[in-house]
Amino acid sequence: MSNKVIQAMYDDDDVLLEAVRQTREANHHIEEVYTPFPVHGLEKAMGLKGTRIAITSFIYGVIGFVFAIWMLNYMMIVDWPQNIGGKPNFSFAENMPAFVPILFELTVFFAAHLMVITFYMRSKIWPFQTASNPDPRTTDDKFVMEVSMDGNEDQLADFLKQTGAIELKVTEK
Amino acid sequence: MYTFSSKLKTFSLVLIILGALGMGYGFFTAPKTTDDVKEMLHHADEAHETDTHEATAQISAEEEQSHLEHALHQAQNRPWTAFFIPAFFFLMIAVLVLVFYAIQWAAQAGWSIVLFRVMEAITAYILPGSILLFIFILASGMHFNHMYAWMADGTFDPTSENYDAIIDGKSWWLNTSGWMIRGFIYLFAYNIFRWILRKNSIALDTSNDISIYKKNFNFAIIFIVIFAIFELFMSFDWLMSLDPHWYSQLYSFYVFSSMIVSGITVIAMVTIYLKHKGFIPFVNDSHIHDLAKYMFGFSIFWAYFFFDQFMLQWYANIPEETAYFMPRLLGSYQPIFIGMIVINFVFPFLILMDSDFKRTPWFVLTAGMLILIGHYMDIFQLISPATVGNHWSFGIPEIASLAFFLGLFIFVVFTALTKAPLHAKGNPFMKESEIYHY
Repeated sequence: MSNKVIQAMYDDDDVLLEAVRQTREANHHIEEVYTPFPVHGLEKAMGLKGTRIAITSFIYGVIGFVFAIWMLNYMMIVDWPQNIGGKPNFSFAENMPAFVPILFELTVFFAAHLMVITFYMRSKIWPFQTASNPDPRTTDDKFVMEVSMDGNEDQLADFLKQTGAIELKVTEK
Repeated sequence: MYTFSSKLKTFSLVLIILGALGMGYGFFTAPKTTDDVKEMLHHADEAHETDTHEATAQISAEEEQSHLEHALHQAQNRPWTAFFIPAFFFLMIAVLVLVFYAIQWAAQAGWSIVLFRVMEAITAYILPGSILLFIFILASGMHFNHMYAWMADGTFDPTSENYDAIIDGKSWWLNTSGWMIRGFIYLFAYNIFRWILRKNSIALDTSNDISIYKKNFNFAIIFIVIFAIFELFMSFDWLMSLDPHWYSQLYSFYVFSSMIVSGITVIAMVTIYLKHKGFIPFVNDSHIHDLAKYMFGFSIFWAYFFFDQFMLQWYANIPEETAYFMPRLLGSYQPIFIGMIVINFVFPFLILMDSDFKRTPWFVLTAGMLILIGHYMDIFQLISPATVGNHWSFGIPEIASLAFFLGLFIFVVFTALTKAPLHAKGNPFMKESEIYHY
């Protein structure tokens, strides 16, 4: 199986959006699109599935909430009960109002940090990772659409030219 | 144009009539003398089979008499409390919808214009609602009931045995005549602004004159400022003074948050109903989604205020402050107090969290019903512990007055919907609202 791809470069996000739409209609497979900034509607045009980050965020929040309950119960009730302002210190339920701020903070802390880490992992941005964009200009003002080659090279190149590409490059992936 | 469906009309009229009968029954059967109360308490004691008899045997006849009088006042307060809670609840829903509506004007919001006629119709309840509430204010001020303890004879008189130095220190604000005048001013202002905003909004339909729009924009801003001030004092006057020794600076915001989430919920429910019936095809999913977002957000807003107010006083544990929370957190109101936290915070939080659920009318209606029930419980536990005391129940007077005001609310709101086209076509932002897409 050939791993050849064509990288078509565009210089306008509206042209890019239209090109993505046409390319998908012509049944070519888009591997990836590199843009210097988030383009509205691009994920819909590419037909990407909706993000599941919200679900992970909820799960992380629940983990943080449970962790906070366990931690507070261990610290304040089991291990070293302290008499603060004469509050009942032998029962979690009766002391619960005092713990609410901490429950809240840890829920938010877990949800936020784990969500960001998940996002980095999923996007393959981890420490010492080198940039994977094909052309440094995609960090400035150009857009690159990577289309996998599945037949005649010239035909695909002509098609991409038609959609408004200003530069084409064939590479092995 | 909307036509009031005859089914709904009959339903609301039946609620009004049954409610009025039940309220009459409640007033009629309230005990008249201390002997009635004695008998009532005796029955209650027998039912509970407690050993309070030993305890009561030790107190003197004079103390018993004053105790009985107190119990009599609380029993006589019950139908009045039952009247006051829904009267306040539904009036404040209408007023807070007006505030929400004014915010849309002042912010020149584009998304909400298609909902304007729904909001205006809900605010139509302000007039009958404030008349009924003003009857209550007059009755309380003229000592037909004992709802407000500080209105009792001799509270401000140093020679009287009823003298209360703490309340006397507040007498520059808490005095019956001032209280009644202020009540009139609040209600009058709401009615005036409702009338102006509605009149200009209707006038926009048939005119191209942009100055009408600007006029409403200005009046909306004035109303928001006036309401912000009035709401502070209204909550102090009508609700917080039920417990005249207790105070909380957060109280007004707490009442505000409770009522604005109910108001937005009512907007969402009426909108979903009308859309289901096909009268407002120009309202799309995104408008429902936005209303549900507000319901979600304000539920959390409410929980935040509730908890702030509660935790500081719970933690500080100063007797004069915790006295307020005793009947609620540990006394006979505990099920309502704990239950409303779950209903008002946990349920909306979980039900409305998912973005797809906010677009599903069925979910929004479920969450809306829970929010309304929860906030009714909230207003109930704000008022009842101070007026009815520990021996509360949710019987005929309470259910009947809830039915009466609910019926009246439905009747007035849906009658107002028939008065004007549901499409506010004169508003310059109408197009933006119609194509609004999230």
